[in-house]
Amino acid sequence: MQNGDGASGPPSTEDAGGRRTSGPRVALFPTCLTDTAFPETAKAMVRLLERLGCDVDFPLDQTCCGQMHFNTGYAEHARPMARAYAEVFDGYDHVVVPSGSCAGMVREIHPDLCGTSPAARRTYELSEFLVDVLGVVDVGAHFPHRVTYHPTCHSLRMLGVGDKPLSLLRAVSGLELIPLPQAEQCCGFGGTFALKNAETSTAMLADKMRCVQDTGAQVVTAGDNSCLMQIGGGLSRLRTGVRPVHLAEILASTEEEPWVATP
Amino acid sequence: MGRNPVTWLGSPTFPDAARRALGDTQLRGNLRKATTTIRGKRESVVAELDDWEELRRAGESIKDEVLADLDTQLERLEVAVTERGGVVHWARDADEANRIVLDLVQEEDTDEVVKVKSMATAEIGLNEALADGGVNAIETDLAEVIVQLGDDRPSHILVPAIHRNRAEIKEIFAQMPEPPASDDPRVLAEAARKYLRRKFLSAKVAISGANFGVADTGSIVVVESEGNGRMCLTLPETLITVMGVEKVLPRWQDLEVFLQLLPRSSTAERMNPYTSIWSGVTPGDGPQKFHLVLLDNGRTSTLADEVGRQALRCIRCSACLNVCPVYERTGGQAYGSVYPGPIGAILAPQLAGDLHDEQTASLPYASSLCGACYEVCPVRINIPEVLTHLRAEVVEAKGKRTPEAMAMSAAAWVFGDRKRYEAAQKAGSLTRFLARGGTLSSLPWPGSKWTDTRDAPVVPKESFRSWWRRNRG
Repeated sequence: MQNGDGASGPPSTEDAGGRRTSGPRVALFPTCLTDTAFPETAKAMVRLLERLGCDVDFPLDQTCCGQMHFNTGYAEHARPMARAYAEVFDGYDHVVVPSGSCAGMVREIHPDLCGTSPAARRTYELSEFLVDVLGVVDVGAHFPHRVTYHPTCHSLRMLGVGDKPLSLLRAVSGLELIPLPQAEQCCGFGGTFALKNAETSTAMLADKMRCVQDTGAQVVTAGDNSCLMQIGGGLSRLRTGVRPVHLAEILASTEEEPWVATP
Repeated sequence: MGRNPVTWLGSPTFPDAARRALGDTQLRGNLRKATTTIRGKRESVVAELDDWEELRRAGESIKDEVLADLDTQLERLEVAVTERGGVVHWARDADEANRIVLDLVQEEDTDEVVKVKSMATAEIGLNEALADGGVNAIETDLAEVIVQLGDDRPSHILVPAIHRNRAEIKEIFAQMPEPPASDDPRVLAEAARKYLRRKFLSAKVAISGANFGVADTGSIVVVESEGNGRMCLTLPETLITVMGVEKVLPRWQDLEVFLQLLPRSSTAERMNPYTSIWSGVTPGDGPQKFHLVLLDNGRTSTLADEVGRQALRCIRCSACLNVCPVYERTGGQAYGSVYPGPIGAILAPQLAGDLHDEQTASLPYASSLCGACYEVCPVRINIPEVLTHLRAEVVEAKGKRTPEAMAMSAAAWVFGDRKRYEAAQKAGSLTRFLARGGTLSSLPWPGSKWTDTRDAPVVPKESFRSWWRRNRG
């Protein structure tokens, strides 16, 4: 699948700093949550995408896609954020997002809020970008751990990423992938749902954690730090020792530069 | 015009009701077992059809065609039913419908009626209205019998007693003239059978809902599994059908689509065991008097909402309930309406039409927006889309002075400018000093809503953007 505007064309050969690159000019939208609370995921994306030949940029004027506002009933507040997104990310070949729900917000909801824009059309969730745009499945990663994968609801049902993340994980050397029972059940995060309906959210989380623990995995991964914040927050509270690690961090990890747990 | 009884008066808000329901381990066990079973079955019968997606699209487009032209389709139905000997009544709301039905029953000089399982009559509180008028309405669907004799409320559209297990049912059936001797499902069914047969044979009037009303032939369709509906539809002298106005279909051949979509989505059957279809009155065969009450009760105002109107496509299959992770944990009664689950969360508030009511306003938030409901809906109702749309209406109704609205405005102001956003990031990273041993396990309200059950991420000193600026800027 190629993006609809033919913008991928011949890749640029020189970035703004004069460094020679062979790949497309890619903007990172790590999302406000990852930028603020999970910077290691965004750094991993930089390493991964540059390793694959992309010319990576992080436009500093980016803030938030407006998903929290829109999903809670504040569409009017989300509208200017959608407009700002279209401006900030205009002119790049692609925008890559380590979050199915934020990528879904941009691609599916932004056009309703402020009309369609090249930036929204060229926005991809990470696994989509790797498999569909770059056409790679084996990204040369090494991650010698037992891993189970939680497919996040919006990546699955809004974007339809299917088993792309799983194909990427299967190609990682040293990684033992253990299927997650009832994988497609929501973890209970749901943005402000986790606060407004905290008890129901926690009941959903409890079942998700039981499934994760049943796999015996050391690491639970997903394509979205918001869901991992929920699952990981619960696993940490119960002192299970199972670590939440974003898909980008696994894919960025190599034998030479292995993933290191943040304290 | 009275209060719309589609939501139950005095029900707690969804979060409060859910909290109570979550504490009931028996209920959670019953629900998990029931929904897991039906989910698996639905998936396998749907997978048998290569053209399932085409059927869904056909269902969606026929329903949209009806909704775009509802007044004409209803008039066509009225003409066809009348030509075939039926009498058509129009009811604006619950009160009007209940009054029409009570008058019709009283004309037949009886104080007991049998009922086919019907969502429309449950929505308008018909049984209570009939009781107030001195008429005893006997439910005949097995699950409705359990709810009625248990003096309970329904918790599921298709299986209203899904929250009950067989031991509980045996207790409830103890009040029958011939109570069951054990909680063996066959013994329970036999007890219900004996209790109901007597009612079928003595009733002069039956009341039903309708799954479909076909405009070109004037035919009314009821699908069911037990055959008890068939008894009601054929034995009494008078039949009164209460049908929501959105149930009309333009053509006889449209049934081809819906009679495939409905059973596979609801009971996970290829074909439902009983399909009853009648057109007006047939002399010497079946009821000799037929009344069709066309019910609005909030439907035309729902129709006026461009986004929300898709809820009127609903064919009451309950597939969305069975896949909903929220419904599975809380059960149906937590929604405080005869329409629970994801479809209830968008239909009940729209029919009720009052988002100033705390309970009604809490329903569109009873979802994590996971989208499982949309995926299975046989008429492709984009439930998450309607949920966020209704949330915006709730916010509008509540005004700008709530703590939440003010916090959201502040957040939007922060996100509106990079410098403000970066300052907020720095402030946020100060929460790292609340962390103990690398975990942040206690935050002040409203963060406590999170940290009551989960640790919060420790926001590092350096954001990604600071790192980027330092290394790449």
